[in-house]
Amino acid sequence: MTVLLSVQGVTKRFGGLQALTQVTFDLPEGQILGLIGPNGAGKTTLFNAINGAYPPEEGRITFRDKDVTKAKPYNLARMGMARTHQIVQPLNELTARENVMVGACFGREHQSLGRAGRIADEVLEFVGLAPRAGQLASSLNVAQKKRLEMARALAAHPFLLLLDEVLAGLNSSEIAAMVQTVLKIRSQGVTIIMIEHVMKAVMNISDRIIVLDYGQQIAEGTPAEIAKDPRVIEAYLGDPKLAQRLMREA
Amino acid sequence: MKNWQKYIGLFLPLLAVAALVIWPTITGKAATRESVFTILKAIALVSSLNILLGYTGYVSFGHIVFFGFGGYLGFYLLSARDWPLWIAILLGGLGSGLLAFLLGKAILRLRGAYFALATIGVNEAMRAFINKFEPFGGPTGMTLNFKVYQAYGGAAKALEMCFYIVAALAFLAIILSYIVRTSKFGLGLLAIRENEDAAEVMGVVAPDAKTWAYVLSAIIPGMIGAVFFFKNGNVEPPDAFPLHASIELLVMVMLGGQGTVLGPILGAFAYQGMRGYLVTSPLFKNIQLSVAGALLLLIVLFIPLGAVGWLRQRATVLRRVLT
Repeated sequence: MTVLLSVQGVTKRFGGLQALTQVTFDLPEGQILGLIGPNGAGKTTLFNAINGAYPPEEGRITFRDKDVTKAKPYNLARMGMARTHQIVQPLNELTARENVMVGACFGREHQSLGRAGRIADEVLEFVGLAPRAGQLASSLNVAQKKRLEMARALAAHPFLLLLDEVLAGLNSSEIAAMVQTVLKIRSQGVTIIMIEHVMKAVMNISDRIIVLDYGQQIAEGTPAEIAKDPRVIEAYLGDPKLAQRLMREA
Repeated sequence: MKNWQKYIGLFLPLLAVAALVIWPTITGKAATRESVFTILKAIALVSSLNILLGYTGYVSFGHIVFFGFGGYLGFYLLSARDWPLWIAILLGGLGSGLLAFLLGKAILRLRGAYFALATIGVNEAMRAFINKFEPFGGPTGMTLNFKVYQAYGGAAKALEMCFYIVAALAFLAIILSYIVRTSKFGLGLLAIRENEDAAEVMGVVAPDAKTWAYVLSAIIPGMIGAVFFFKNGNVEPPDAFPLHASIELLVMVMLGGQGTVLGPILGAFAYQGMRGYLVTSPLFKNIQLSVAGALLLLIVLFIPLGAVGWLRQRATVLRRVLT
């Protein structure tokens, strides 16, 4: 299997705060990697380091065999990396369709306006936003804005998709629909890293999971291994023995 | 979208300006031609500024610097070098474009109010520099030898010619504005305006796009400056770099509706009409700039999208037609 993204010893500090410490992993093509951890663990910071928003102080990031440690977000977008934002970033005064066209026009394939329009229609259909295509992005509700984020990223036809909490704030039927969407995207050959707090979903669809706590990579493995790892349980619940007792009692 | 609808956004403004150009020819009055000249000049300037302000979302408080710089450059070539007018206009435009390119590299990394402040600084710095720059005549500026007009069939003919050149530049500015608005490049600019970070994440190379938007917004003002000061016969620093004119440009763009092709044109027409009335009225002639300031305040408070933006917001049909 070829490695699509390689993160080696990535370290990021914000003033005195050590946001990421020596994060290291390889991501093979076609996998879904789940990234979990308590709030403030550095998950979004890791995304920002990978996609060039905040380049790391130490370490090396390779994407499709090129060193992209110091690359800008737009360089990475053109190379085939797309992401969604935890806090949605709609282009408010543009329509949903125009939002998605931006992704197609300036992303990996660099489409013309005409082609981008057709891609936008397809992708909006795919994420279920087709009826809203002509509406201004500002008029969408949160669930729709999350789907719009996803549609914009997909319109670029990326190799790697970074999903930052696309399930947060959705109700259970919306979560089920979104999980199906993510699986469909993977079946099209897109490699995915997803940050998620909805454990059931992330355990179900990830091939592999990395756990971050205080910027440290405390565990890595299959969902089954992660669920049993005492360090993970400690990070989430504080005391592993207490956690185990609670689990027995439950 | 139906084909004719697609081009209405271009033809409506062009027709409006064509009517303006024909007006003085019908009435045959020199005074009408002068006021239309002022309106056409304003239309060319605001349509250019709109590329930066309306599409890209960067507020330039000192945009008149490109008018002044192009004007000075053109004037120098005409008076000290005896170059023909058309080359002076062309080089005036290119000079301003180059200035914008260099400035853009330096100040376009600033956002919001910081960029706006920097543009004021640029205008004032340029004025101070020209004030001390002897080849451009320093504080007294330059005056055109009357003989220069002979080459264009005398002063009266030259004045008439300037009117048509400015009209042509106004058309050019509108067409440029429309092309940018409906192009892929323009979509990138709109994305930057809405959210620069998100635009970059989607692959818009914001530093380059912003620089080209700045350059495109500076070229026609530079050309207008060259024509204007040729017609004027002399050029001095206060005439070339008046800060209040920059603010008037902002008022016109905001009044009509930033980010639309038609809006700034309507804004220019309405504002110049109002200004023409104010400067001749005994009550307002000394405070016409205060009226402009008050107007800007009212626009920002009550119709931040401007007249055309307001209309677009209210009727989806218009949204398709009024680009």
